[in-house]
This record gives sequence, structure tokens and C-alpha cells, in this order.
Amino acid sequence: MAMISMNKVSKYYGSFQVLADCTTQVAKGEVIVVCGPSGSGKSTLIKCVNGLEPFQSGEIIVNGVSVGDPRTKLSQLRSTVGMVFQNFELFPHMRIIENLSIAQIKVLGRSEGEARAKAASLLDRVGLSEQAEKYPGQLSGGQQQRVAIARALAMDPICMLFDEPTSALDPEMVNEVLDVMTELAKEGMTMMCVTHEMGFAKRVATRVIFMDQGRIVEDDSKDAFFEAARSQRAQQFLAKILHH
Amino acid sequence: MHEFDWSSIPGALPFLWDGMVISLQITVTAVLVGIVWGTLLALMRLSSIKPLSWFAAAYVNLFRAVPLVMVLLWFFLIVPSFLESLFGLPRGSDVRLASAITGFALFEAAYYSEIIRAGIQSVSKGQMAAASALGMTYGQAMRLVVLPQAFRNMVPLLLTQGIILFQDTSLVYVSALADFFGAAYKVGDRDGRLVELLLFAGAVYFVICFTASRIVRYCQNKLKVA
Repeated sequence: MAMISMNKVSKYYGSFQVLADCTTQVAKGEVIVVCGPSGSGKSTLIKCVNGLEPFQSGEIIVNGVSVGDPRTKLSQLRSTVGMVFQNFELFPHMRIIENLSIAQIKVLGRSEGEARAKAASLLDRVGLSEQAEKYPGQLSGGQQQRVAIARALAMDPICMLFDEPTSALDPEMVNEVLDVMTELAKEGMTMMCVTHEMGFAKRVATRVIFMDQGRIVEDDSKDAFFEAARSQRAQQFLAKILHH
Repeated sequence: MHEFDWSSIPGALPFLWDGMVISLQITVTAVLVGIVWGTLLALMRLSSIKPLSWFAAAYVNLFRAVPLVMVLLWFFLIVPSFLESLFGLPRGSDVRLASAITGFALFEAAYYSEIIRAGIQSVSKGQMAAASALGMTYGQAMRLVVLPQAFRNMVPLLLTQGIILFQDTSLVYVSALADFFGAAYKVGDRDGRLVELLLFAGAVYFVICFTASRIVRYCQNKLKVA
């Protein structure tokens, strides 16, 4: 059974259609890179997966749970799906260690000691043990994003969603974040990443989804996508993004 | 030329102090209740549940469109008899302080709710999204993530509103309650030294409010740096 399965998902803002009949499956352990020009609906698509964005028609099933079903307890579902945002969105009024433990305690009901131990080991894993007692504002962008990844992992998610995780970073900090993501992928985490980092896609992705104007235009293995994108729109996009 | 005679002040200090205690009592209670009730009103106003949002909007607009002194009079005239019948108090018990505090708290809550609403909206939407994405409920995300940041941004405004409220407590003279201003007026009236007593009261209000607003400004700068 697929970890994430989308069937004819459509979404409108008023009369403007942001997503049009998006259908795809993500199997356990797959790393999907979602790319496309800005405004193509790629961020909206992955925000639908954990119900942060509502959609009007179609169906999304995450690990057997229907996201759009009004009976689904979304907070429960979201606690199993990790998400990393473009602007990090760490909680600025909490220390790093608290950022990593608050949801473990309040949502999963772990004890303070257990949560802190988990937080400390994850901080160690992303190479930021030294920063545990600092506040987010004292860290660089790259460090903040690594903390944000660790915060999501602290919930022991069954899959991870990345919404342009490196777009807000200075160029020299992009790699430290991509390295953490690459390692995560190698460990078998199921991931959906919206990103323009085609190098990352080539190294790590199992499949690439290309979107344009709210539609999934290409959904193919990475080799097929990079060597022989079928649609003209994707070819143009690749030409622009790879040759400059 | 008016000859100033300050001699009636020293003897009246204990009485004036009692008045000051009442003024501070009203201020502190109204600020605390106003902030709690104002927060609830702000949350209702921002709620997607339409009737709650309408109720809060109507409440805020009503209280902000009516003079404070009128609200106090309403409460002075209505609340005492209501409390008497509610708690079975003997007729004519002194509930002026309670009615004044209630009036202030309900009135100030309207102003606080607007400050708090702006404070909540000043926290980036991404914070709510991040908290939700971690599995927090709306209530948890508000309580643990959004409100603490909102209040931090709002502290100077909330304190400034508290200073204004302290000045406004002098309006309770309409209910003949001896707050600081009322006490000063009574002493001045009794001794025929109204001008001196009112000048003295004005000076005390000035010193307290000016000092307090300096402290607020100091805190504001501190928060900016942090």
C-alpha cells in the first residue's frame, strides 16, 4: 500500500484553480522531488498532504487515513507527518531544546526527560548539540533549518514533507541542509520535497514530479525526467534551471 | 491673588492614601480582568465561528462608541440592585467599588481586545502552520506558540493602556466613591482648599503616570534589543 496516495485532487481560491486533478502515489521509502515554475501549485500540493491547505475535491490518503474526511482528526494525522518550511518557523520565544521537545510533550504525551533526551540525540545528529540552550535568533539560517528538520524528526514521523527548505538560505548554507536531507533519504525516510535543487534531485530522488499551472505534468523516475522529459514545458524549465 | 495654604494636606494624607489604594485596586483588577476578557474577545473576533465573531465585534464597537463615564453610571445604577437581588444582600449595601471595577473591566476589555487582536495578527501565519504541522490543536498552538509571542510584542501597549486606565479611574467620582481624586476633592471641599488639593492630586497623578510611562519606554527599548 502506498504511504501517500492522491487521487484527482483539485483546489480553488475563489474561481482560480490552484490544483487540477492531481494524482500520484508515494511508496514507503521513496524520495519524491516536486519541482516546477513558481505559482505552479507545488507548495500547495504538499501542504494538502497534511491538511494545512484544504482542498475541494479528490482524495488524499496518508498511511490509510483520509485527509479530507471531516471525521479525521487532523492534529492526530499531522503528528505523524513531519514538515519543514521555507522560513524555518522555529518558535522564537523558546530555546532550541524546547523547540524540539514541546510537541513531544504536549502532543505525544512523552515525559519531559524522555523528550529532552530524544531532542538532544537529534541535535547531535544534525551537528548542533552546542546550540541546545540558545534561541533560534542566535543561529544562522542553515543551523535553524537543521533544527527545524530535527524538530520534525523528534515526532518519529512516518514521512517528511519539505517545502522549499533551502530557498531562504544564503548559498553557502544550502549544502549543510541538503546533507542532512540526503542522509535522511539514505536511511529510508519517505520524503516529498518541493525544491529547485536539481543536484539534490539527481543524487537522491527516486522520482520527480513536475508541475505547471496546478497540474502534474510529469511524474517519472528521475533518470527518465532528467534525460528525456516528455513535455515541452518541463524541457524549457530544465533548460533554464540547468544552464545558467 | 489667591493665597495658597497647603496646611490641610498633611493631616489628610491617611485619607488620601486610602483613596489611592482604591484607585490602584480598580486599576489593577480592571487591567487583569480586561486582559483576560479582552484576550477571549480577540480570539472570538478572529474565530471562524461567525456568531462568536459577530458577538465580539458588536461588543467592542458598542463599548468603544460610548463615553466611559456613561458606562460607569450605568453600572452604578444597574449593577448594585442586580447584585443585591442576585446574592440576597441587604438593600443599600455598598457595592460601589464592585460596580466600578466591573464597569471598568468590561469597558477596558473592549480596548484590550483590539490591542490583543493586532498582536495576534502580528505573529506570522507560518508559526500557526508550524505548530499545527507538529500535531498541536488550534488551542495548543494559540496558547503555546502564538499568544506568548503576541503578548511579548504587546507589553508596552498594554502597559500604556493601563496608565490611561489609572487616570480614568478618577471618573468614579460620579458614583461618589472616594478614590484618590474623590478623596482629594472631599478634603478640599471640607476645608475650603479645593484648589490646593486638586493641584496636589494633579501633581501626584503626573508623577505616577510620568514615571510609569518612562518605565514602559525603558522596557520597550529592552525588548527591542532582545
